Amino acid sequence: MDICIDKDLVIVGGGPAGLAAAITAKENGIDDIVIIERDKYAGGVLRQCIHDGFGLQMFGERLTGPEYAARYEEKAKELGIEIKLNTFVLDITGDKIVRTVSPDDGMVFYKAKAIVLAMGCREKSRPAIMLTGERPAGVYTAGLVQRLINIDGFVPGKEAVILGSGDIGLIMARRLTLEGVNVKAVYELMSYSSGLKRNIVQCLDDYGIPLYLDHTVVNIHGKDRVTGVTVAKVDEKKQPIPGTEEYVQCDMLVLSVGLIPENELSKGAGVELNPVTGGLFVDDNMSTNMDGVFACGNVVHVHDLVDFVTIESNNAGKCAADYIKGKKNEGEAIEVIPENGVRYVVPSTVHKNCDRKTADFMFRVGKVYKDARITVYDGDRLVRSFKKSILTPGEMEKIKLAQMDIDSASQLRIGIEE
Amino acid sequence: MYDIFIIGSGVSGGFIALELSKYDLKIAIAEKSLDPANGCSRANSGIVHGGYDPIPGTLKAKLNVRGTEMMLEMAERLHIDYDRCGAYVIAFGEDDDKKAYELYQRGLTNGVEHLSIVSGDELLKREPNISKDVTSALHSGTTGIISPYKMAIASTELACTNGVEFLRAHTVIGMEDMGDYIRIDTDKGVYEAKYVVNAAGVNSAKIARMLGDDSFDIIARKGEYLILDKSESGIVNSVIFQMPSKMGKGILVSPTIDGNVLLGPTSHNVDDMYDKSTTKDGIAEAIRGAKRSVPTVNERKLITMFAGVRSVPTTGDFVIGQSKANPRLFNVAGIESPGLTSSPAIAEYLVGIMKDCGIEMSTKKTYVMNRPAEKKPRLMSQADANALIAKEPAYGKIVCRCEQVTEGEILDAIRRPAGAVTVDGVKMRVRAGMGRCQGGFCTSRVIEILARELGVSQTEIRKQNEDSKMLYRTLREE
Ligand SMILES: Cc1cc2nc3c(=O)[nH]c(=O)nc-3n(C[C@H](O)[C@H](O)[C@H](O)COP(=O)(O)OP(=O)(O)OC[C@H]3O[C@@H](n4cnc5c(N)ncnc54)[C@H](O)[C@@H]3O)c2cc1C
Ligand SMILES: Cc1cc2nc3c(=O)[nH]c(=O)nc-3n(C[C@H](O)[C@H](O)[C@H](O)COP(=O)(O)OP(=O)(O)OC[C@H]3O[C@@H](n4cnc5c(N)ncnc54)[C@H](O)[C@@H]3O)c2cc1C
Repeated sequence: MDICIDKDLVIVGGGPAGLAAAITAKENGIDDIVIIERDKYAGGVLRQCIHDGFGLQMFGERLTGPEYAARYEEKAKELGIEIKLNTFVLDITGDKIVRTVSPDDGMVFYKAKAIVLAMGCREKSRPAIMLTGERPAGVYTAGLVQRLINIDGFVPGKEAVILGSGDIGLIMARRLTLEGVNVKAVYELMSYSSGLKRNIVQCLDDYGIPLYLDHTVVNIHGKDRVTGVTVAKVDEKKQPIPGTEEYVQCDMLVLSVGLIPENELSKGAGVELNPVTGGLFVDDNMSTNMDGVFACGNVVHVHDLVDFVTIESNNAGKCAADYIKGKKNEGEAIEVIPENGVRYVVPSTVHKNCDRKTADFMFRVGKVYKDARITVYDGDRLVRSFKKSILTPGEMEKIKLAQMDIDSASQLRIGIEE
Repeated sequence: MYDIFIIGSGVSGGFIALELSKYDLKIAIAEKSLDPANGCSRANSGIVHGGYDPIPGTLKAKLNVRGTEMMLEMAERLHIDYDRCGAYVIAFGEDDDKKAYELYQRGLTNGVEHLSIVSGDELLKREPNISKDVTSALHSGTTGIISPYKMAIASTELACTNGVEFLRAHTVIGMEDMGDYIRIDTDKGVYEAKYVVNAAGVNSAKIARMLGDDSFDIIARKGEYLILDKSESGIVNSVIFQMPSKMGKGILVSPTIDGNVLLGPTSHNVDDMYDKSTTKDGIAEAIRGAKRSVPTVNERKLITMFAGVRSVPTTGDFVIGQSKANPRLFNVAGIESPGLTSSPAIAEYLVGIMKDCGIEMSTKKTYVMNRPAEKKPRLMSQADANALIAKEPAYGKIVCRCEQVTEGEILDAIRRPAGAVTVDGVKMRVRAGMGRCQGGFCTSRVIEILARELGVSQTEIRKQNEDSKMLYRTLREE
C-alpha cells in the first residue's frame, strides 16, 4: 500500500511561477502548502539568468535573475512555506495524487486538494529543427550553455556560431563574448528576430556581432568535436537557396531555437494541452480543464518577462486558495478565440459577472505587423480595438478588457487587422 | 602474452569475449573508442530477425535462426529488455504477394517457426494504422526488438566480470606474425597474443590485411534513421517491413524496446567508412518510405536522427573462421544484418571452430553466468524504492528528467566492469539524455557526475571518442 500525505495545495515547480502562486495562496489563508522543486535551489531558470532587466514592472528596478528570484524565495521562507528541494515529481494522477522522489525522503506521495502546475519550459533541441549532419560534441542549446557558464563555471568552446535570435541566444552571444569566446555571428531563419529589441542592441550591436536574418545552418561538420557549420540563405518558404552556402569555422554551435512548455506531467494527469503552443488551456482563474488543477508561468505559455509570470501566478495562487476554501467560480464563462494572425490567447475562457473591473488577455502573433489594430469581436460586433505601431512574434502582447464588455458578450475573438 | 586478443567491441567482439571467458584463457578486447558499441552495433534497427530472409544454406541463414533461438536466454542472462513483438513484411499488389509467399517458403526452408501469410484485411485489424493499399503480409512471430548497444555493452561487461580485459581507446594500427605469437601495435602500446580475433566491423578488411589476408573486402553502406517521441508509441505494435531487395530489408516502422518509434534505414553506399552524418535527402527518404507503410507517421514528433554504416562483405556472406593467410588470425567480418541477431550464435560458432583448430580450452571453475540487473526506482513500488533510497540516496536524485534516470543508475553504469567514462557511454547504458530534450537538461549534470566519479576535471569529459571533449576551460580554480 502506498502511503499518502494529505496537503491542501501542492505546487509543482519552485521557479518564479511556483513561488508567487504559493505566496499568494498563503496570503489568502491557505497554510498547508508544499512546493516541490527538482533542483537544489528555488528560483527556476532565473538562477542562471545573471544579466539584469528583471523586475521593471513589479519593482521598478533592474534586478538580475537571481536577485528577482531571491525576493520571492525569501518571502516564501518568511511566510513559512515548505519548499522541498532536490525533489522530483514523477507523475500526477487524475485524482490529484502527486508522486515525488528525493534522496532525503525517498518516494513520497501527496494527496492534494488543489495543485498548481508551474514546471516552466524547456528548450527545443537539434531534432526539432531537423538539423542534419554529423553528431559531434559542441552542439549545445543556449540555456545549457548559460547554465554551464553561469552556474557550473565552464566555457564550453572557443569559437561559436549561434542559430536563432531568441532572447536566450542574444544574451548568450554577449555572455560568451565576455568570456573570451569568438562569437562569429547569429543566424536567424525568419526575416525578423524573435528577441526583444533591447537585447539586439545591448547584446549584439554593442559588441559588433553580426545578425544574419533569412539564414540558417544546413550542415554540421566534425566527427568528434564541431569543426564548422555550413550556413545558407533561405527563400520565402524558408528553404535554403542552393549556391548561397558558406562554411563557417567554429567549435561550437549554440541553438536558440525556441522554448516549449514542459507538460509531460500535465499530459500524464489528463490535463488538456493547446496544440499550438504545447502549453495548457486555462480560464481566467488559471484553472485547467481538470477540477482543482491550476497552472501558471511558462508551463501555460512562454513569457518574455518574468514580471508577467509573477502577475499571472499571483492570480493562480489566489484562485487555488479560493477553490480550496470552497469558493468556486460557477458563473457563466465564454470562449476566447484567436483569429487573423493571433496564434493563441491566454486565457481561453473567461467568466462573466465577476467582481473585477478589467481582465487581462495575453497572446502572440504569427508574423510582424506594422501600424495594425488588435481587434476584439463578439460575433460581428467590434467590442474593442487597439492601435499598434508594431507587433512581432517575439514580444508577447497584453490587452485589458473591461468586465462590462465581457459581461455583454457571448464569445470573444481576438485578431489583427492591417 | 594474451591467449586471445579480440579487436573491436561491437556485438560480435562482445559475445565472442563472453563465450571465451568461460575458459581458462587470458583475453583482451581492444576497442578504438572509449566505450563498447562504437560502430555498427550502435546505430542499427535493433531487430532480432526471424530468419526468413537470408538465402538458405548461408552462414547468415544458419546463424540468424540459431541467434534468435538463443536470444531469450541471453537477454535474461544479461538483463536486457527483449520483446518478441512479431513482424509483418507487407505486400503492395500481386508482385509483392508472390514475394511474400517466397519469403514464407524460404523461412520454412531455413527452419523458422511461427510464420504465416495474412490478408490485407486481417493485417488492418491487427495494425490499424497500416496503409490501406497493403494486399497481404508475411507474419513472423519470432521477430523481436532489442537495444543493440545494450547488447554490446552488456556482453562486454559480463565478459570483463569473468576476467576479460577491456582496452578502451586502443586502436590497432598494425600486426606482425612473430612465429609463435602475433605482435599487435596499438596507438597506446604493443601487445602480444597467440591468437587474434578480428571483429572490427567496417575496419575488418583493413585489419585482416595487416596479417596478409586479402580474401575479402568491405563495402560501406549507410542507413539513416529517425526516432520519434514516446507519445507516438502504439502507432504500430510490431515491426513493419517492406519487401526486401538487393540493397537490404527496406525502410521499416518499428516500436523500439524503450517505447519510441523507429523509422528507416535508407541504404546508400558511401566512400567514407566512418560517415555517420545524416542528410536532408536521407531523412526525407526515410520519412517517405515510412509513410508508404504507415501513412499517419508524424515526423514532427521526431526526437533524434542518426545513421549507421553497414559492413557489406564482397563475399556475399558472413566471413567467420580461421584465416587462410594466417592460422593465428580468426576473422569475424562482413557482419551485416542479421549480425545483431546472430551475434550470440556467431560467438558459439567461432569458438567451436577455434576448438576444432586445436586451441586448448579448459572450462573455468568459477564463471559468473548473469549480469546484475539495473535498479530503476521509477518502476519500483514505494516500499522498494524507499528501501533502496534509504541505503543509497543517489537513487532518489533524478538527473535526466525526460527518462527519469537517477544519479544512482548513472553511478552504477560508471562503476560496472568496462563501465561508462563518456557522456554517450552513460546515455547508451541508462538513457540519460535520450529523451525528448536530448540532454538539454542533464548534460551538465552527467558531466559533473562523471568527473567526480572518475576523479578528473570536468574539462576532461568526452562525448564519445578521445577528441570529443565537451567543455573547453573552467572559469574558476578547481
Ligand atoms: C534563458 C532565459 C532568459 C530569460 N531572460 C529574461 C529576462 O532577461 N528578463 C525577464 O524578465 N525574463 C526573462 N526570462 C523569462 C523568465 O525568466 C521566465 O519566464 C520565468 O523564469 C518563468 O518562470 P516559471 O516559474 O514559469 O518557470 P521556471 O523558471 O522554468 O521554473 C520552473 C521550475 O519547475 C521545476 N520543475 C519542473 N518540472 C519539475 C518536476 N517534474 N518536479 C519538480 N520540479 C520541477 C524546475 O526545476 C524549475 O525550477 C528568461 C527566460 C529564460 C528561459
Ligand atoms: C543500418 C543498419 C541496420 C541494421 N539492422 C539490423 C537489425 O535490425 N538486426 C540485425 O540483426 N542486424 C542489423 N544490422 C547489422 C548489425 O548492426 C551488425 O551486424 C552488427 O552490429 C555488427 O557488429 P560487429 O561487432 O561485427 O561490428 P561493429 O559493431 O561495427 O563493431 C566493430 C568495432 O570495432 C572497432 N574497431 C574498428 N577498427 C578498430 C581498430 N583498428 N582497433 C580497435 N577497434 C577497432 C569499432 O570501433 C567498433 O566498435 C544493421 C546494420 C546497419 C548498419
